[in-house]
Amino acid sequence: MIQAAFLFFLLFTIGSAVVVLVSRNVLYSAYSLLLTFLGLAALYVLAGADFVAVTQILVYVGGVLVLLVFGVMLTRKPDAERRSGPNVIRTEHVRTGVGLLVAGGVFALLFTAFQKGAFIRAEAEHFEPVDRLTTVPDLGIQLMTGYALPFEVAGVLLLAALIGAAYLSKVESEK
Amino acid sequence: MNAELPLSYFLLASAVLFSLGLGVVVVKRNAIVVLMGVELMLSAANLNLVAFSRHDPALQGQLFGLFVIVVAAAEAVVALAIVLLVYRHFRTVHLDEVSKLKH
Repeated sequence: MIQAAFLFFLLFTIGSAVVVLVSRNVLYSAYSLLLTFLGLAALYVLAGADFVAVTQILVYVGGVLVLLVFGVMLTRKPDAERRSGPNVIRTEHVRTGVGLLVAGGVFALLFTAFQKGAFIRAEAEHFEPVDRLTTVPDLGIQLMTGYALPFEVAGVLLLAALIGAAYLSKVESEK
Repeated sequence: MNAELPLSYFLLASAVLFSLGLGVVVVKRNAIVVLMGVELMLSAANLNLVAFSRHDPALQGQLFGLFVIVVAAAEAVVALAIVLLVYRHFRTVHLDEVSKLKH
C-alpha cells in the first residue's frame, strides 16, 4: 500500500520534471515545476519528514516559484521570432543530444555509486528507532539548542540576500 | 513504514531528479528555465538528505535539509535579480544572445 503510494508520487514527480525538460513554453515549465515540488513534498512525507515537506511547499512553491513566474513576466520578449539560418535546427538538435548525454552520464554515475555503496549498514542497527507522531517538536528543540548558530547565520544570510537583491534591482536614476 | 520502503528507492528517485535538473540546465536556453533546473537539482539532493535521516533519532539530515531550503531560496532571489539586470542590459534572456562581455 505504501509502496503503491510511493510509486504514484515518484512517477508524478518524474513526469513533471520531464515536462520541465521537454516543454518549449516557459510557463508550462514553471507549472510543471510546481507539480514537481508538490510531488517532492509527498516523497518527503513518505520518508518521515513532515515538517520539511510543509516547509518545501511554503518556501519553494510559495516563494521561489512565484518569484520565477514574476521573472518570466518581467523578461518577456515582445514577439517570439524564430532565429533563421540554415543550421539552426541541426545545432539545436546536436545541443539537446549532448545535453541529454551529459545528464544520462551523470545518472549512470550516481546509479553505479548508489549500487556499490553498502548503504544497508547505514540504517540497519546503528540507531534505535524512535516512534514519533511528528518531527516538529524535535526539530524545534534542535534548532534552538544544538543548531542555534546555523539558525542565526541563516538569518544573516537571508538579510544579505535581501539587501543584495534590492540593491541589484534598483532602477538607475539620472547619471 | 520504514521497513517497507527501502532506502534504494529514495536514492534512485533523487538520482533521476538530479539528472533531469542537470539536463534542464544544460539543454535549455532561457535563463529562467536554467534557474528552474538549479532548483530542481537542489531539491533532489534534499530528498537524498532526508531519506538518509529516516532512522536517525537526532534528525540531522532533516535539519540539514531545512538549511538547504533556506540557502536555495536566498540563491534563487539573488540569481533572479542578476537575470533581471541582464535583461535590462541585453533586452533578452536567451542565453545564446547574451554572449558579449564588452558593453
